[in-house]
Amino acid sequence: MSKTVLKCEHLRVVFGGLAPVSDFSIEVKENEIAGLIGPNGAGKTTVFNLLTGVYVPTKGKVILEGKDLEGYSTIQRSHAGIARTFQNIRLFKNVSVLDNVLIGYNHSMSYSMLSSVLRLPKYWREEKAAKAKALELLSVFDMQGMAKIKAGNLPYGAQRRLEIVRALATNPKLLLLDEPAAGMNPAETTALMETIRKIRDEFNIAILLIEHDMSLVMGICENITVLNFGEVIARGTPSEIQNNPTVIEAYLGSKREE
Amino acid sequence: MDFYTLIAQIINGLQTGSVYALVALGYSMVYGIIMLLNFAHGDIIMVGAYVVYYSIASFALPPLLAVILAVIMCTILGVAIEKVAYTPLRSAPRLSLLITAIGISFLLENGAQLLFGADQKSMSPMVKGGFSMGSVGISYAAVVTIVVSVIAMTALTILVNKTKMGKAMRAVSEDMGAAQLMGISLNRTISFTFAIGSALAGIGSALYLCAYPQSSPTMGSMLGIKAFVAAVLGGIGSIPGAMIGGFAIGILEALVAAAHLSMWKDAVVFFVLIIVLLFKPTGILGKKIQEKV
Amino acid sequence: MKKKFTIPTPASYVLNAAILFVIWLAISMMISSGVITNYWRGILITIGINIVLATSLNLACGYLGQLPLGHAGFMAVGAYAGAIFMKATPAAALIRSGNTLAVLPLFVVAVIISALVAGIFGILIGIPALRLKGDYLAIITLGFGEIIRVVLTNIDSVLGFKFTYGAAGLARIPKFTSFNICYFMVILCIFIIHTFMKSRHGRAVLSIRENEIAAESVGINTTFYKTSAFVLSAMLAGVAGCLYAGYIGSLYPSTFKFMKSIEILVMVVLGGMGSMFGSVLAAIVLTALPELLRAFSDYRMVVYSLALVLMMIFRPEGLMGDYDFSLKRIIQKIVNGIINRRKGNE
Repeated sequence: MSKTVLKCEHLRVVFGGLAPVSDFSIEVKENEIAGLIGPNGAGKTTVFNLLTGVYVPTKGKVILEGKDLEGYSTIQRSHAGIARTFQNIRLFKNVSVLDNVLIGYNHSMSYSMLSSVLRLPKYWREEKAAKAKALELLSVFDMQGMAKIKAGNLPYGAQRRLEIVRALATNPKLLLLDEPAAGMNPAETTALMETIRKIRDEFNIAILLIEHDMSLVMGICENITVLNFGEVIARGTPSEIQNNPTVIEAYLGSKREE
Repeated sequence: MDFYTLIAQIINGLQTGSVYALVALGYSMVYGIIMLLNFAHGDIIMVGAYVVYYSIASFALPPLLAVILAVIMCTILGVAIEKVAYTPLRSAPRLSLLITAIGISFLLENGAQLLFGADQKSMSPMVKGGFSMGSVGISYAAVVTIVVSVIAMTALTILVNKTKMGKAMRAVSEDMGAAQLMGISLNRTISFTFAIGSALAGIGSALYLCAYPQSSPTMGSMLGIKAFVAAVLGGIGSIPGAMIGGFAIGILEALVAAAHLSMWKDAVVFFVLIIVLLFKPTGILGKKIQEKV
Repeated sequence: MKKKFTIPTPASYVLNAAILFVIWLAISMMISSGVITNYWRGILITIGINIVLATSLNLACGYLGQLPLGHAGFMAVGAYAGAIFMKATPAAALIRSGNTLAVLPLFVVAVIISALVAGIFGILIGIPALRLKGDYLAIITLGFGEIIRVVLTNIDSVLGFKFTYGAAGLARIPKFTSFNICYFMVILCIFIIHTFMKSRHGRAVLSIRENEIAAESVGINTTFYKTSAFVLSAMLAGVAGCLYAGYIGSLYPSTFKFMKSIEILVMVVLGGMGSMFGSVLAAIVLTALPELLRAFSDYRMVVYSLALVLMMIFRPEGLMGDYDFSLKRIIQKIVNGIINRRKGNE
């Protein structure tokens, strides 16, 4: 039995009377790829924002490896081991690909401002090590050749990959991917599935992803949680979810109303 | 300080406060619609003041006509600035737009200095005399200023809340993209906002001249900055907020002056702004905007 | 595999130092031989002060992506702090007796005091201001600059000690800013900004400019880095103020008006926000050009403001964009070009 990385208990958030997430619980284990699906507006991204501390939950708990994250800011949660990508890509566009990754490594480096201004040995040592690590990480994703390009000039698919690389550089225990396949063609999506599996195998982390592309979700997720109107309506393995009448109704039923 | 001086100072404060409020409205409306701190707004007042000065001093026009001319000129100038300098930058980063506004502001100031000279141009007051209520003397200028600005503000509130154009303005400030999809012309609405704001600045310039009958190239910069402070204080983007902020700053200044500390006036105004922003960053009536993640 | 010619980093440091030394030697010789007149030496020092001002504002504006409008305020604070200290020391007598070497330690202390005092004001104003974004930060820093000016104008003594002399100005400051001192300080400031930016701390600052939400998501402490960059920028403006005080000899609060902040901003914007080389170049050109075009001095500010507007509309990235000058890169390019051509001939 592998250990639990993320545990959420009855998360709820209320904005001015509306509750985009009314009751959300989940458990994600180490080396697990979990999926979070649901119709548009079900509250999936809000869940990510609650997990990463962008929003403060009105009720409920987020527990990362046994530690309650209540009161943790986004920054502290990143240090604690939660990394994410964004639905609308948020790269450091005018900065090189390598620097994007190095910014992810910032927290694991420790030289002071004084040693950077005086160029003390510690600066050289840590910079060299971080650069090597960053290039290695990029090479895992076949991006070492792009290190010097400005992130904003990368093709779309590479931008999505770079966001994942940057998130991995923070050395996370839990990786949150917000619609990683959005805007990709089927070939790119297949490649992305390989990448996600590779991340799980090589980095030993838990992955929770939001996705609308069902071939991807059903292809790689071991466990799927379905959200509708801010509430969990089903959870289980891909085959269980595919045959769950409530889920089918949530997707198709909403279509009928339109 | 005795009671009567206090009353007199508060009336003074209301008088300058109404000018601030009128100018603050221009800032607030433009900010609400395109999120731009229109630095040049204060200098539009300066241009308006010169128009009034020259039409009375050189062309001997009746004051009312001079004021109308100033309002027209300010409106044209405001819209022209928007078309020439701000429209090309609508999709540019906010910082570029802000720097452009600062550039326009300095262009107007220095252009005026070249055209009209750096010295102050004094004129005889447009509204003379006054009356007394008990032992408090009230000038007609103060009465005219307060009455005119209250009328202008009421008209603006009606315009924004009751007319079709007002609805368009509110829609654009809420969500530019969605408003456009609803068939609202962005260019027309934004230009209209600048026109209204600048017209108010024109009225403001005339009222300013009632209180201080002299114009100089840099008169707009401090007036403009303080009006902006008033808009921020009241909550930027909010019309009643701009009015409250304007009167608050005016009265604050008058009280500082009454305490014989008028040379500290500017410092006190900014200090109050910093304190307010610390505790309520959105101002008195402002609402919070959060970036969507 | 093609082998490329690269200069090792230590060698490039030596190379840059050598070039800077040669420039210094050339200018010093021109000064001592009288090719550069006293008048132009003064302009060179003004250029140096403006370079420090522009590059330090570029740190807060170009790299951090904020728009502080109170840079002149920090300069004023540094200038008064340095000047008051130097007046209290026997520096004036030492300079008169020609003992410039003995003034040096005093100058070092003065610069440190200026930087620290400006830095403290930077923290005081930065912590509240940086919680707000964009325009609010601009208006708060503007307000701060004005408050500083009003305070300097209206206070002439503190606790009975005559200090700043109010609007009458602080006069008879020892003139300690020589060309050598100025040249060295410019290099030091540029070096500090460069080494700060090319480090994990500098990258963190850039990440805030690029995307604050993403920066937080990868664990960048945005408040800390915003404040750090802002305070460093203020400290260097204080250093520039100290140099200014020691060059001009008397300080008036009216020098540090809003206009001064804008002049510095114009340099940064024209040079290209985020380009140190651009800031340096713009500081040189915008200081020297008005001296060359004295006849048009009336039009100077009009041209400045027009340039600012036209620049934003037609070339918002500034003259230099984010290009940064690197001698190392240029030499590598030339050498590699030669090597490649030879290979082609073979």
